[in-house]
Amino acid sequence: MKIRGISLVKKLLATALFAPLLAVASGPELHLDKAPVSTDPAALANGAKLFVNYCLNCHGASYMRYNRLQQIGLSESMIKDNLMFTADKIGEPMRIAMQREEAKVWFGAAPPDLTVIARSRASEFGSGADWLYTYLRGFYRDSERPTGWNNVIFENVGMPHVLYELQGEQVAKVTEADDGHGGKVKTIALEQGKPGKMSKEEYDKATADLVSYLVWMGEPMAETRKTIGTVVLAFLGLLFVLSYLLKKNYWKDIH
Amino acid sequence: MSKNSQSVMDWIDARFPLTSSIKGHLTEYYAPKNFNFWYFFGSLALLVLVLQIVTGIFLVMHYKPDASLNAAGVPVAFASVEYIMRDVPGGWLIRYMHSTGASAFFIVVYLHMFRGLLYGSYRKPRELIWVFGTLIFLALMAEAFMGYLLPWGQMSFWGAQVIVNLFSAIPVIGPDLSVVIRGDFVVSDATLNRFFSFHVIAVPLILIGLVAAHIVALHEVGSNNPDGVEIKKKKDARGIPLDGIPFHPYYTVKDIVGVVGFLIVFSFIVFFAPEGGGYFLEFNNFIPADPLKTPPHIAPVWYFTPFYSILRAVTYPLFGIDAKFWGVVAMGAAVVIIAFLPWLDRSPVKSIRYKGGLFKIILAVFVISFFILGYLGVLPPTPGRTLVSQICSVIYFAFFLLMPVYSKMDKTKPVPERVS
Repeated sequence: MKIRGISLVKKLLATALFAPLLAVASGPELHLDKAPVSTDPAALANGAKLFVNYCLNCHGASYMRYNRLQQIGLSESMIKDNLMFTADKIGEPMRIAMQREEAKVWFGAAPPDLTVIARSRASEFGSGADWLYTYLRGFYRDSERPTGWNNVIFENVGMPHVLYELQGEQVAKVTEADDGHGGKVKTIALEQGKPGKMSKEEYDKATADLVSYLVWMGEPMAETRKTIGTVVLAFLGLLFVLSYLLKKNYWKDIH
Repeated sequence: MSKNSQSVMDWIDARFPLTSSIKGHLTEYYAPKNFNFWYFFGSLALLVLVLQIVTGIFLVMHYKPDASLNAAGVPVAFASVEYIMRDVPGGWLIRYMHSTGASAFFIVVYLHMFRGLLYGSYRKPRELIWVFGTLIFLALMAEAFMGYLLPWGQMSFWGAQVIVNLFSAIPVIGPDLSVVIRGDFVVSDATLNRFFSFHVIAVPLILIGLVAAHIVALHEVGSNNPDGVEIKKKKDARGIPLDGIPFHPYYTVKDIVGVVGFLIVFSFIVFFAPEGGGYFLEFNNFIPADPLKTPPHIAPVWYFTPFYSILRAVTYPLFGIDAKFWGVVAMGAAVVIIAFLPWLDRSPVKSIRYKGGLFKIILAVFVISFFILGYLGVLPPTPGRTLVSQICSVIYFAFFLLMPVYSKMDKTKPVPERVS
């Protein structure tokens, strides 16, 4: 196959593709910590436990059925006895009893459904997991907020720090620096105040497990998808060789 | 052929032009023997069309075009997409194929159109093929736009809101027209249902009709080729073009290679990066549509962004009419002007191989501008970006409108008698 007369076009194309990236930078920066996402069943099971105990009171996961937890190695009886507080049958989705209208009054906004939260929080600054990992570790005491809490990457968030008993309190040290354009850049540094049940390392591990669970719940078929994909690509690779040989054989007389 | 199957064929041929159709369109349809890489994208566009229709049929079995909230407070349409992704066996695969297929369709069609531009495939006698093609592109844009509303996520909702609102800028009829399009004063359940109807019935029917016309017109005049010479001018004693080869088996076996190559890339995205880095499935679209919460930045899907940039580049009101209206006019004109290419190109040669440096430079500048427009369309506007998009929009239109002048000025090379 020959392509003529377009090498110039190709070169200019490459320039065109990369030049604008340098010329125009995006809006406000968001610094996210890289989440150590795991697909280890033990981590996912721990994450599921944390999710059910701490999140599934205000947030539903209404497209996620309890029995799907079997996929991360939990048995039906384990799910029924330890995790299933909001449903009668194991095939039911993770709903909550709280009414949306009431929630709106209490928090200012109804807490979002969390089934696909890890997918929706992705941005150019990092994956959805990174956002969640930073968010869950970014609560600090703020007496001006009705809940008493604020968050580093979600300013004036309506959600209180539900993992407070685990992490304890963080205090914010706000520093303002000149941004060089006459404005101010606010930097918030967090320091541990009153300690919680967990050390910093333990809390980081717990939130990592919770985030891993949220990622898994966002797309439970993700691992299956990749497994099937590998087989499909291997098959297509073989088919490509065969179809190319077939073509070559048919075309041997064409000059 | 055995005697029995021959008699079956005779029976059919007496009633339906089966054998003659197979001959006319496949085994005795002669295509130039020098097709290169760029010629894969026509058959691939047809493949993607079929893929979209077949996956679409299965999606409709479980998708519900309903904007009302379910017991958990989630719009039924949004929840039904997640139902397909999670509870329908194999549903995730069908859905990812369809969502990736939408982007693949545009990639393939853009490359197919670029091929036409490279080798002058739109020139006489192929003007109608090109016009049908432009109409296909237009129908495809409508199809993609309406399909994007169906998952009923934040980007679905607000993207549709922004685009339909543009129509309200048209003087006199605008406000009423936008209400007719939405079926309501805001994007709502009525909008979702009519877009669903158009997406699964009306536009696909139009698309299939146009594709049929595109292919019938092509087979009437025969394909162009990278040299831009007419193979029908040199025939052998039996009336077969000297540089032609039967489409079947030569190009059927060759297109199979193209199909498998395409499927490798396609499957890689479907199985390993179905979100396409947030360009094929936008992250914000995993949040259910909320009419009360405008996202900070509304960006159309990547395949619309060059035209969206042209729309935003128009910032001057003219004749006392809102700039928004002229933006819509510019965006519409940017698509429609493509159809006029056969009459704008006055070059004595068709193919870029025999065109001079002037055309090559202008084409390169045009392609770069198109990419920049596409890139800027994803980003929120700033004064600097608006200026760049204005310059690129002028280049975009100048490429077409000045073509009658520069295509004549260009120093061309002699075209060979036969394909090389």
